[in-house]
Amino acid sequence: VPQTIIEKIIASHSADDAYPGATVWLELDVRAARDFGGANVVKNFEAHYAGQSVADAAKTFFTFDCVVPAKDIPYAENQQLCRKFAARQGIKVYDVDAGIGSHVLMAEGLARPGGTVVNTDSHMNIAGAIGCLGQGMGDVDVAFAFRTGRTWLEVPPSVKVVLKGKYKWPTTAKDLALAMLRRFGSSGLLGKAVELYGPAAEALSVEERITVASTATEMGAVAIFVPPNEEVLEWCGGAAGAEVAGIYADADASYGATYELDVDDLEPLVACPPSPANVKAAGEVAGKEIGSAFFGSCTNGRLEDFRAAARIMSGRPVADGVLAYAVPATRRIFGAMLAEGLAAELFAAGFVVSNAGCGGCAQGQVGMTGKGEVQVSTSNRNFPGKQGAGETYLCSPATAAASVLMGSITDPREVA
Amino acid sequence: LTAARPLLIEGRVWPVVRASGAYIDDVDTDQIFHNAHLAVTDIEEMGRYAFGNLAGWEDFPAKAKPGDVLAVGVNFGAGSSRQHAVDCFRALGVVGVVGVSFGVVYKRNAINAGWPLVECPDLPKLELAAGDVLRVNFKTGEAANVMKGKVVPARPFSRVQTDIYVAGDLLAYGSSLG
Repeated sequence: VPQTIIEKIIASHSADDAYPGATVWLELDVRAARDFGGANVVKNFEAHYAGQSVADAAKTFFTFDCVVPAKDIPYAENQQLCRKFAARQGIKVYDVDAGIGSHVLMAEGLARPGGTVVNTDSHMNIAGAIGCLGQGMGDVDVAFAFRTGRTWLEVPPSVKVVLKGKYKWPTTAKDLALAMLRRFGSSGLLGKAVELYGPAAEALSVEERITVASTATEMGAVAIFVPPNEEVLEWCGGAAGAEVAGIYADADASYGATYELDVDDLEPLVACPPSPANVKAAGEVAGKEIGSAFFGSCTNGRLEDFRAAARIMSGRPVADGVLAYAVPATRRIFGAMLAEGLAAELFAAGFVVSNAGCGGCAQGQVGMTGKGEVQVSTSNRNFPGKQGAGETYLCSPATAAASVLMGSITDPREVA
Repeated sequence: LTAARPLLIEGRVWPVVRASGAYIDDVDTDQIFHNAHLAVTDIEEMGRYAFGNLAGWEDFPAKAKPGDVLAVGVNFGAGSSRQHAVDCFRALGVVGVVGVSFGVVYKRNAINAGWPLVECPDLPKLELAAGDVLRVNFKTGEAANVMKGKVVPARPFSRVQTDIYVAGDLLAYGSSLG
């Protein structure tokens, strides 16, 4: 039977038939827990499997990224609980200096095209960017995965989204993600495995694929897969230190639906409170005064994203009365920002440049808001209360930078 | 070793319906177990809050008896991922839930807890009234209103669901693998 991308991944990791609706046992290449959820994973494990080992320590990881370094004692205790468990079990910890777990797992070559990964992170499906099946789950599920090396999954139906036309700078992959949210809403792709096609999809860089894949959860999708191109395979091969094969659907695979999305001359977009699907043209909300701007998150915390911000700023300072925060996704990206002078450039413009991690999304160190504060953010969620009592507007790094320059939400074409 | 759990339930049914008799669709986890009580960690304590925020159903904990079965409408358990929304019924001794459809995470939580959850799109055809006896066979996927002699097909347990259910719950299934 011809198979879609997710069906192929499942078939290669399961003895069960992988057809939509089937519930299967799935072998996991990587099982991980963050500092959020990690302590409960350890507690569940100790309560049920006292004295036993994880199935394979070399495939088991902790990735601390929520509150890094810990800003309060309970988080410090939870992180230390995980470290002690890891030491007993011989598990590697990507600690509070490493950055966002989903990114680290890809950058270390642990999450690979065609592979399977779980983590206590609802955005673990970001691995779809490189053709890897990532699944976020709770602490009971992950404790079971630690012990057995497997999980269960209901095979989702696959749908195709074909992009028509192309957009140009300062419209970016974030605007493509927001255009998908505008089209499909928060439940239009509910429970679906999405495959992205068309020239505009094929041309996406690894970083841009990450941006798009990281908003799958906000669309209700299980994951968004982009078939790997040469650049992606080279990137993954470099990360893994070995050649990696791509993962592609069979030509005659069957899809629940095929949608076309016209992205020709797409304009910069903004998702307004109270939901990521409340998308408007940047021009429509232009002039809304901001108090702060958050650059980072699993959606837009890559080197290219900070370069985009700096390109818009082009040596100009952050507007008076505005606070701008830059939080790299990983330590490696932070290092690259230091090496090429990007961190210094943003710092000189007035940015707070902070340790790698999730930032305000997980109520971490940087990017939370107070009542009445208006924030533009390059992250993927703006639900009421998530980052605080303020109002969060989601947009690209380019739009956020333009807004930071002007002190109010600004279409980046106005300042580019 | 625990005795093998039967792949069947039979019990007094509570159809979760409005005064009109129609199933209440989209009952979310805040209606099942309100977030005001999330700090409760002892499962025995959770029963008293079951349906505490669902209009007309606030007295369910006082009325439910061990061995009872829930019958529910479309998208039951929508919303958050809280395990409490499953555990509050287990605490009351409710032996399972049969519904037209369920929220994705709710279904996952129920299956992981080894608490019988059966999808039955034709459930309304059983014309269940409060107090009728509902029997569901997990293996054949047959749902019956024993009192009225009506039978409809339901979705049988998958192998995964059966493995977990027979072991007790997901973590116990992990132990059973040795």
